[in-house]
Amino acid sequence: MTFELETATSPEKLRRVAIDPVSRVEGHGKVTILLDADNKVHQVRLHIVEFRGFEKFIQGRPYWEVPVMVQRLCGICPVSHHLAASKALDMMLGVKQLTPTAEKIRRLMHAGQILQSHALHFFHLASPDLLFGFGSDMAKRNIVGVVAAHPEIAKKGVLLRKYGQEVIRMTAGKRVHGTGSVPGGVNKSLTAGERAELLKDAYQMVAWSRDAVGMIRQLFEQNLVEYNAFGRFRSAGMCLVSPDGAMDLYHGGLRARDADGKTLFDHFNYGRYWDVIAEDVKPWSYMKFPFFKSLGPDDGSYRVGPLSRVTLCDSIPTPLADKEREEFMAFDGGSATGATLGYHWARMIEMLHAAETIKDLLHDDDITGGDLMATGERQERGVGVIEAPRGTLIHHYRVDENDQVIRANLIVSTTHNNQAMNTAVREVARQYIDGVEITEGLLNHIEIAIRAFDPCLSCATHALGQMPLEVAIVGADGTVIDAATRDHRGLIRDVS
Amino acid sequence: MNDTNNSFQLDGEDLPFTPGQTIMQAAKAAGVYIPHLCWHPDFPAHGSCKLCTVKVNGRFGSSCTMEAQAGMTVENRTAELDDKRRTMLQMFFVEGNHFCPSCEKSGDCALQATAYELKMMSPHFDMFYPDRPVDASHPDILLDFNRCIMCSLCVTASREVDGKNVFAMGGRGILGRRIHINSESGRLADTDFALSDRAANICPVGVILKKRKGFAVPIGDRRYDKTPINEQVKEPTA
Repeated sequence: MTFELETATSPEKLRRVAIDPVSRVEGHGKVTILLDADNKVHQVRLHIVEFRGFEKFIQGRPYWEVPVMVQRLCGICPVSHHLAASKALDMMLGVKQLTPTAEKIRRLMHAGQILQSHALHFFHLASPDLLFGFGSDMAKRNIVGVVAAHPEIAKKGVLLRKYGQEVIRMTAGKRVHGTGSVPGGVNKSLTAGERAELLKDAYQMVAWSRDAVGMIRQLFEQNLVEYNAFGRFRSAGMCLVSPDGAMDLYHGGLRARDADGKTLFDHFNYGRYWDVIAEDVKPWSYMKFPFFKSLGPDDGSYRVGPLSRVTLCDSIPTPLADKEREEFMAFDGGSATGATLGYHWARMIEMLHAAETIKDLLHDDDITGGDLMATGERQERGVGVIEAPRGTLIHHYRVDENDQVIRANLIVSTTHNNQAMNTAVREVARQYIDGVEITEGLLNHIEIAIRAFDPCLSCATHALGQMPLEVAIVGADGTVIDAATRDHRGLIRDVS
Repeated sequence: MNDTNNSFQLDGEDLPFTPGQTIMQAAKAAGVYIPHLCWHPDFPAHGSCKLCTVKVNGRFGSSCTMEAQAGMTVENRTAELDDKRRTMLQMFFVEGNHFCPSCEKSGDCALQATAYELKMMSPHFDMFYPDRPVDASHPDILLDFNRCIMCSLCVTASREVDGKNVFAMGGRGILGRRIHINSESGRLADTDFALSDRAANICPVGVILKKRKGFAVPIGDRRYDKTPINEQVKEPTA
């Protein structure tokens, strides 16, 4: 990865362009670009501007409250935090094996989460860029524009997400922020009625997910050169895999490979993640920069998420998704496996895997069982790791003898991807913005790179539509040369 | 109108009562809901929450402490009274730290259920964010005073039923007044409080909690999920 454009040598002489906030991502981010008088790019930084504080205010709370409280980190993928916290507290309770019903209900909940989040990410947030073009008319470049121009695609996106939310509601009690997973197991299984209701549409979801994989493949074929080159960089990667090396989004050991594909660690027990991962701090960002200890802070950054998972696993344990994985890996000599936009293709393969997993689990009688809780010998600490929609998610808690949390550490997907996202936006800035007159369409290229990863720092579910955006070009003397705003309806006003 | 002397009008309906009953007791016996928090049918009225305020012959009064009288006219669920109750509820919410989203009592909490019943949509007032302790010292019971509404039911139950006097109300002012633990250390672990005590099972909100049981009941099966609080008036503990 490149650090070349991380820090300019004389920033005071440069003008600053800010994309604040970055729109159509799940969370709040900001990009600053420093340019000289000839529009040469000297510095690009992605800032995650929120401070959440969950690790601090969870201290002193009873441990059984944690899976419900920490999921409030996010309105889009709360299930991931809910399950990662539950898994950590399973370990703290000494529960080494959940009951079959509990494990399958949690896996079902997680597959529902992957399905709905990936559908939202691809159809609602990213597809406008891919369907209309990166620099297309921004008034149309949103989900409403997709509904108008491609109603069938939009409908599938909306209904796939809705189905995933229904899976979550029936396993967790609510579509958003349920309580289904508790330390040691779950508090409910499916009723026969719920199972039948979900089964009605399960095969349709598999079919639509296959269509979605076909759609992103087609987009790659049509725009091969641009998609392959867009924000491309070499990177190490990390994900969970099952004991046989297959993709497992719920549980497994950690696998990491460097940018050359050399294995750094494999099937590593995540209960001691700190032996292989450390976090670096930079003075300009509130977000830490994790790195592989064996490679050091300068060379040890890595990618997590769909692209890492699909490329690092040996197989996917559902047949249709595995076939798509093989085609993705072989496509154009493997070129898409290193492309930043390859994230979207990998994401759709995972969505297909999630749909197949839901269908398979719904045929398993254990999901209506009544044995929900397991017990074990209490430990002081617990670590839970899960593959959240955007990547590896680590929850780590220490609990005292009074059942109160005394320490918490969360490393979320976006933190793992911090350096990778910064590298991607720098590559895009170098490719598209360096030395040319900046337009909104060009700035959108930066956002497209971020949307490929998509920061997972949502504090709430976002309203459908355009996020407000303000871009200001500030001269070397600090005066605003040009500025424009985009309001929530997507209307642009020159405010200079 | 009922021809006996032992009836009064409640929201335009005749309501019978037994001499000595309060308006609240008579209403409950007849299956009529008057919003309340600190009143419990098994204990003498405390009269502190004021949520059960009604208008008796045009004047405000606490229905839990005011004796029913023949021929009186009582207003209960009027827009005016419910509006005042909503305001009082908002004060309850801002005076403590009531974070329903992560509270294990959510769905079983009388404060939350009453807020739903009275259609309280927001706390309205600025939050006080009082610094209240959590006492996790007891092996079986957690005390989270962030959610205390000072109803004093635990004080009464411990004294009157359990004969233990584990709790006492003390201090002055909104931020100073709180429940104290009757032990040398001030910790619950140093009392003889037990899970089987009546006081351990009486808290209408999320202060006195059985440890390691939180969120065991799924959404949909909790006390107020299926039946709103106003329809539970005939249940003995409501």
